[in-house]
Amino acid sequence: MNDRTPATGAAALAAERTEVAFKDYKPPYTAHQASVEAFRCLYCEDAPCIKACPTGIDIPQFIRKIATGNVKGSARTIFESNILGMSCARVCPVEVLCVGDCVYNEMDQPPIQIGKLQRFATDAAFEAGWSYFEAGPDTGKSVGLIGAGPASLAAAHMLRRKGHACTLYDKREVVGGLNTTGVAPYKMKADRSVDEVNWLLSIGEIELKLGVEIGKDVTWDDLRARHDALFLGFGLGPDRYLPGGEDLAGVYGAVDFIEQMKLGTVALDGVKRAVVLGGGNTAMDAIRELAGLGVEEVVLAYRGDEARMSGYAHEFAAAKLLGVRGLWGRQPIGFEGEGQVTGVRCLRLDAQKQPIEGSEHVIEADLVLLAIGQSKLGELVQGLGGVEVEWGKVVTDARGATGCPGVFAGGDCANGGKEVVNAVAEGRDAALAIDEMLRGGADA
Amino acid sequence: MPDLTTNCAGIKSPNPFWLASAPPANSGAQVMRAFEAGWGGAVWKTLGTPIQNVSSRFGALHYRGTRAVGLNNIELITDRPLEVNFREIYEVKKRFPDHAVVVSLMVETEAEWQDMIKRSIDAGADGLELNFGCPHGMCERGMGSAVGQEPAVNERITSWAVQYSTVPVLVKLTPNVSDILPHGHAAQRGGAHGVSLINTIKSIIGVDIDRMTIEPRVGDLSSNGGYCGPAVKPIALHMLSALSRDPGFNLPISGIGGVSTWRDAVEFILLGASSVQVCTEVMLRGYRIVEDMIEGLEDYMRTHGFETLDQMVGRAVSTYSEWGNLDLNYETVAKIDPEKCIGCYDCMVACHDGAHQCIHKDPTGIRVPVVDESECVGCNLCQIVCPVPDCISMVEVDNGYTPATWNQHMNGEAALRPKKGAH
Repeated sequence: MNDRTPATGAAALAAERTEVAFKDYKPPYTAHQASVEAFRCLYCEDAPCIKACPTGIDIPQFIRKIATGNVKGSARTIFESNILGMSCARVCPVEVLCVGDCVYNEMDQPPIQIGKLQRFATDAAFEAGWSYFEAGPDTGKSVGLIGAGPASLAAAHMLRRKGHACTLYDKREVVGGLNTTGVAPYKMKADRSVDEVNWLLSIGEIELKLGVEIGKDVTWDDLRARHDALFLGFGLGPDRYLPGGEDLAGVYGAVDFIEQMKLGTVALDGVKRAVVLGGGNTAMDAIRELAGLGVEEVVLAYRGDEARMSGYAHEFAAAKLLGVRGLWGRQPIGFEGEGQVTGVRCLRLDAQKQPIEGSEHVIEADLVLLAIGQSKLGELVQGLGGVEVEWGKVVTDARGATGCPGVFAGGDCANGGKEVVNAVAEGRDAALAIDEMLRGGADA
Repeated sequence: MPDLTTNCAGIKSPNPFWLASAPPANSGAQVMRAFEAGWGGAVWKTLGTPIQNVSSRFGALHYRGTRAVGLNNIELITDRPLEVNFREIYEVKKRFPDHAVVVSLMVETEAEWQDMIKRSIDAGADGLELNFGCPHGMCERGMGSAVGQEPAVNERITSWAVQYSTVPVLVKLTPNVSDILPHGHAAQRGGAHGVSLINTIKSIIGVDIDRMTIEPRVGDLSSNGGYCGPAVKPIALHMLSALSRDPGFNLPISGIGGVSTWRDAVEFILLGASSVQVCTEVMLRGYRIVEDMIEGLEDYMRTHGFETLDQMVGRAVSTYSEWGNLDLNYETVAKIDPEKCIGCYDCMVACHDGAHQCIHKDPTGIRVPVVDESECVGCNLCQIVCPVPDCISMVEVDNGYTPATWNQHMNGEAALRPKKGAH
């Protein structure tokens, strides 16, 4: 059992990280730009943007506060609903959430740039060191949170506001989960995520136990004995692989590759043509990142077609501007190359995703990233009696309770892999449910 | 082609757009550039004994991201030598004989008025404007609005000016009075050929909330200034229409106060102005705005069948009435166009919090609010807040009642429809 509390913060990250080469895709607003945009907001009643936000931030209110110069209050409004509002401002797919539902879209006017305004307010709060929250009076209760990503962080912060002691466990040595290891660097870099976690931890007395693996360093029984409640926020498992690629140089899981790029360095010297397999948002990130790192030819190969891929259209549009091409209806069946990959063997699929006879062909590549999903970690909860797992996901009710009394869950391990903002909402709401339980029922 | 030729109290100009007496009409070079840009006339920055100005002179009111919806100033009359001003007036008139150059004057004694009037006319002035309006600085010295607020003094000085002048005399009135009529009448009794209004409104533009000092700041002090710009237009229109409709007042009027566009100019003309004077918008955007003002006015006249300005002047004056003569049985209700509505609910919250609680959410969940016409009082607030052009219209309702005013009702002559929204 590793009981040290290691240093967090940017210092804990490697100085040399490939990701630092990226510039912000959406650069921050100046104060004047923010003010001009904020004044455009119609301050809708019962606003559609709020409903589109999984954390339900009172968006018109925080925008009005920017407009009047009450930036401190603006950030408070954001953090009240979403304690990771600073990273969500950067990583949320606002095009399909708040901004996508701005009423200006209905009159063919540019929608309010809510993400950029949220970044303006939360960055200002962060740079100024404004603090908004204090830990509640000590309740003597203790909650263990498994995973130190967005869901657990949001839960822990809310639990501290309610006065419960918290301990975060993570098998990695860095905090922040995917916010640190997985966000596309033109949206946010790892150091910003770590800084945000440190800011969040300033509420005090959230114990960090990093480098701790369940089943190896600590057992569920240990955790249950130590804490009055548990929150499961351990996310997803490793990239799914295709048979035959494991031993070839140049074939990587996309999530792995991205983590390496963010926490360390990746060598792309000599890579002329990279193929990313998949059609989800990890694939979208990977193609934009490879193109951004200067790989000459980046190709997306997906089983379905452009209209039906789950990756966001605005992400693929941005990739196309960088020269990325899409190959549709491609089913990978194996790899070419000895020692070093030289290509991906594929079949063509018809509109019903059925293989077309005689269509086998090779897409040449000297780098292949697999973005065909991550394994689920449901089996990890074996040993927690009563916790149900379905399709690899931990089953919860609407407020995060699992079938095991005192055990709650949220984030990717429960929702199968959604946005950071979903994880924050689920963590926060589970924390409120845990608080009620620890106080002895909903009426307490 | 509509004829924009203007004759205001005998002062003629190719169009009704004059620079008001203010910084844009401070020097010959400026006025010549303005005339080249198309301005029809200029009222020269007020001449008197040249003063010394302070540093930091203007303050502005910004609103919802729009800069300077109102402006105020603590600048005084000309600070340039009189002989330089008169030489430049001469040069402007020599180059632009058909444009109107009106000289604004502000001095104290009868002898000074006589001297200044003679020198102005010798320089070629087409008219004089007596500055009885300035509400800052000069009034402390017994001039400007100190004159304009005292009808007897106004009348006396006006009569001096008229006596010594061979060109038309306009009296510029101050809005810093509770009723404009006695002041217009005083000018008329003094023999003025016309009046111009409004001068600036006595104002404090704002407070620097970090320094806790009034703006605009001169060291650690400030003073009240004169307020102008779009924000004052409604006050100007009110005073203009009050004089225009007064049966005992018969002088031509040069309209001033927040005129920024040709639309504003049309409104002033419809309420009785035979020329309009512009300052703030020129200070903010420069002389070239006049191109659009001329074009817009011409197009308006063409669209509405006016051939000359005279046909337009005062056309809307008679639509003013005492409140007691308004038809209480006239009824409108708001209609929301569901095709245009974007679902912001701004109308609903305005109605609920600021009006009569008659706009509600659609019970079926469609994000187009519903107007309860049985409760709608027809106040217009929803239409005012709606961000979508022509989405909310105020529609007349035939309620079967014959028109009835409060005055008729008090005489027992009329039946009133049941009140709405008064539960």
